[in-house]
Amino acid sequence: MSAAKSKAKDFLLAVEGLTVSFDGFKAVDDLSFYLDPKEIRVIIGPNGAGKTTVLDLICGKTKATSGSIKFDGKELTKLKEHQIVHSGVGRKFQTPSVFEDLTVFENLEVSYPQGHSVMGALAFKRDRAVIEAVEEVAETIFLSDALNEPAASLSHGQKQWLEIGMLLIQKPDLLMLDEPVAGMSVTERKKTAELLKVITKDHTVLVIEHDMQFVGDIADRVTVMHQGKVLSEGSIEHVKSDPKVIEVYLGH
Amino acid sequence: MFDGYTSSELMSIFAMQGFAGLSLFSVFVLMAMGLAIIFGQMGVINMAHGEFMILGAYTTYLTSGFFQSYLPGLFGGYFLIAMLLAFLVCAALGALIEWLMIRHLYHRPLDTLLATWGLSLIMQQAYRSIFGAREVGVELPDWMMGAFQVTDLVELPINGLFVMIIALSIAVGVYLLMYRSGYGKKVRAVVQNRPMAEAVGINSAGIDRATFALGCGIAGIAGAAFTMIGSTGPSSGQAYIVDTFLVVVFGGAQSLIGTIVSAFGISQAQSTMEFFLSGSMAKVLTLLVVVGILMLRPEGLMALKVRR
Amino acid sequence: MKNSSPLKWFGSREGLYYLALAFLLVVLLPLMLDPFRLNMVGKYLTYAFVAIGLVMCWGKAGILSLGQGVFFGLGGYCMAMFLKLEASTPEATAIQSTPGIPDFMDWNQLTELPWFWEPFHSFSFTLIAVIGVPVLLAFVIGFAMFTRRVGGVYFAIITQAIAAILTILIIGQQGYTGGVNGITDLQTLMGWDIRTDAAKTTLYFICVGMLFLCLFIARLVQNRKLGRILVAMNAQEMRVRFSGYDVAAFKIFVFCLAAAFAGVGGAMFTLIVGFMSPSFIGIVASIEMVIFCALGGRLSILGAVYGALLVNAAKSGFSESFPELWPFAMGALFIGVVLAFPNGLAGLYQTYVMPLEDKLFERGKGARAEATPAKPAAERKPKTEKTDDYDPMIDSYSPEKS
Ligand SMILES: Nc1ncnc2c1ncn2[C@@H]1O[C@H](COP(=O)(O)OP(=O)(O)O)[C@@H](O)[C@H]1O
Ligand SMILES: [Mg+2]
Repeated sequence: MSAAKSKAKDFLLAVEGLTVSFDGFKAVDDLSFYLDPKEIRVIIGPNGAGKTTVLDLICGKTKATSGSIKFDGKELTKLKEHQIVHSGVGRKFQTPSVFEDLTVFENLEVSYPQGHSVMGALAFKRDRAVIEAVEEVAETIFLSDALNEPAASLSHGQKQWLEIGMLLIQKPDLLMLDEPVAGMSVTERKKTAELLKVITKDHTVLVIEHDMQFVGDIADRVTVMHQGKVLSEGSIEHVKSDPKVIEVYLGH
Repeated sequence: MFDGYTSSELMSIFAMQGFAGLSLFSVFVLMAMGLAIIFGQMGVINMAHGEFMILGAYTTYLTSGFFQSYLPGLFGGYFLIAMLLAFLVCAALGALIEWLMIRHLYHRPLDTLLATWGLSLIMQQAYRSIFGAREVGVELPDWMMGAFQVTDLVELPINGLFVMIIALSIAVGVYLLMYRSGYGKKVRAVVQNRPMAEAVGINSAGIDRATFALGCGIAGIAGAAFTMIGSTGPSSGQAYIVDTFLVVVFGGAQSLIGTIVSAFGISQAQSTMEFFLSGSMAKVLTLLVVVGILMLRPEGLMALKVRR
Repeated sequence: MKNSSPLKWFGSREGLYYLALAFLLVVLLPLMLDPFRLNMVGKYLTYAFVAIGLVMCWGKAGILSLGQGVFFGLGGYCMAMFLKLEASTPEATAIQSTPGIPDFMDWNQLTELPWFWEPFHSFSFTLIAVIGVPVLLAFVIGFAMFTRRVGGVYFAIITQAIAAILTILIIGQQGYTGGVNGITDLQTLMGWDIRTDAAKTTLYFICVGMLFLCLFIARLVQNRKLGRILVAMNAQEMRVRFSGYDVAAFKIFVFCLAAAFAGVGGAMFTLIVGFMSPSFIGIVASIEMVIFCALGGRLSILGAVYGALLVNAAKSGFSESFPELWPFAMGALFIGVVLAFPNGLAGLYQTYVMPLEDKLFERGKGARAEATPAKPAAERKPKTEKTDDYDPMIDSYSPEKS
């Protein structure tokens, strides 16, 4: 523990003693975990364990009751949502949330990290750099051919990718994905796993996922949550064989 | 503003204005409850709520006229009948409106707001065509006239007391209905998770209609109470919608106690200030304070922590 | 961005729509109508300023303000105060017990000009105030509400309450405001008599000019990324926020923009009609302004102009012949627009007239492809509003889950 503390500077994300209580109910309870740069961490756990709430806390959607979240040495709990985004945290929601009326291109363009102030958005011009960035990301998320289609016409899986693309174009250091393959077909799952592998070359990724096969494919380390606390943490083999995990989660 | 009054005079003034404010309080509570029930069900303000109240008031007016002409012997009891009728008439119209209009607008709260405003215009003009633009008043039965003399400066009007008792009993009734009955459980189920509620076999469309009708019915009772404090005209209701909404929000939208407390606070503040300031400045000050507080604390006085 | 030359833009379909409106307002109506009627049209047009603001604020960004009359009125009162001071020279008011102050102040036993009237001796201050005062108030309201994430129905009713407060205040403080009659008897603008037919016609054209200015500002905003963010915010506020935008700032901006338009409209109203009174500010007046926008098409700034013209013309028509029917018509309009034609006239035009246009001008195909980004707005179904922006009632975790 003390060793971990002293190394605090080297972590990209250090969550310590994080607690949030909703009318007395502690959805996240004195939670601590640490992410190395370029690590892929998967959080698993039964429904209601507080996984989504952890992401909510990190990205500022929910305010913590106590505890600290240090990202790249910066305290996030005091920042507003858009400031957290600007400091390099991207968040994908559990249900795909893209702008259905806008085209794929426009969706990505809106997320392009420029012109985010009111005046900036008024002055924003679609220049070469923007077009190139959009095309590059579209390539990564398998949507090069759909750039001019409205997002509403995409399949469920494609919307999930588009939302991931909207995060990528922000060039975040930490990407947080909430159940990215839920509701996807088998082929889409495969492609998403590929996508994540590409992404993780130069991002740190925090993923919530249930599909153990998928988890095994991508995770460097796994954190198992239960009732707002960390139940177990380590490699996939380690948590799979942990009797506590088997009892509350894998055993069924 | 208190210059020139002795402290005992001030006490009496506060007490007197306080009791005078009781009737206003009762109307606020009833109106606010109806509004809050509908607001809770569909997340929208029924802008025609004031007109439903006035419908209740006209119903009371007609009933009193009927008793005066045909059943003078029973006149003393007309008010109870009128209240019941006001409830039924308003609830029936409410159910009809829900069927014709509101049910097409769920999930579009702002549009519902505009549509119910349109409805309020139509209802007002209908009253004007039917009852004339002139305000009408009801005659009180003898036993409701008069007042208890508390001190030589302070007296308690019986009708105000009576209306307040009715308002509070209805508040208790609504509480029991919403939190202690099967119907209330279904309402809350639909509000919290419509698809799930439907999946377990709750007729959500029926619940919507019943709830809207109930809210309108309570507005009708508020209308009956309203005849005690003022005369009824086609647009008397419009003045109440903003006040009532502020009562609901100020109290913290879901809290019944909060609604009652804030109705009490707002009506008393207004009534007391009216003695010292002109009526309009009292109103301005009350509204300003309420709006100011809501800007600083939008969740109202007694709010729950909410997942957004 | 997409048009190389401005001339070409006028040939595009969107350009033609603007030209058509300009032709109607600048050529057709002035030729057809006598000065009195033209003045009436000018008055209706002052409401179009408010309606354009509402398109931006409500149609695009989903913020329904039921208090636009407040900003309209503030702009109008600022202008009226200037004109009133000009009309209240010591010579003109020599018979008063205190000459040199507005007549209603004298009637209310005021003996000197209140401090907040003083700066309105200056015309440049007045011009700044016409926009500045509404924008300042909008900023305060917007800042308080939007940074606390208050929106939807709450915001609508709070703005309505503000309209109520301002009206009661103005009526109650007769000595300072002219009370229920308002500020009347306005005569000259820097020596120029605004009551003559010639002056009224000139004012009409100034109004049309200002209107086009506002239209172009609104168009600029809607076609830039800013406009896309506003629409996106309405549909997916959360996603916009987590794409790194300060949602509150955008809402404050568009609310202030709408207030500025309304203020300009109010000032033009005072000039064209010759007085300003609380009846143009209150709850009823304010909510009627929403129907101008809704009838025209809540997503179309051009539609807003037509909406304001038509509703007001209909209102005058009805009140001349069947005054008692007007509230029914107005009520039906509110209900009908919301239930049956949520995109208003612009939406109807889009579905029924545009296909005909396509057939008529086969050659116009290319031009249309260019013009589409300007109008596609009206095609969209109004978003099913998000009830989740602030709603304590939809609370899955209420304490009585037992
Ligand atoms: N804003 C909130 N208010 C009340 N309870 C909440 C709130 N957010 C989450 N919860 C509760 O916290 C628990 C954890 O939820 P969540 O993080 O969504 O779980 P998971 O994503 O692991 O399935 C659940 O019991 C949920 O009901
Ligand atoms: Mg979850």
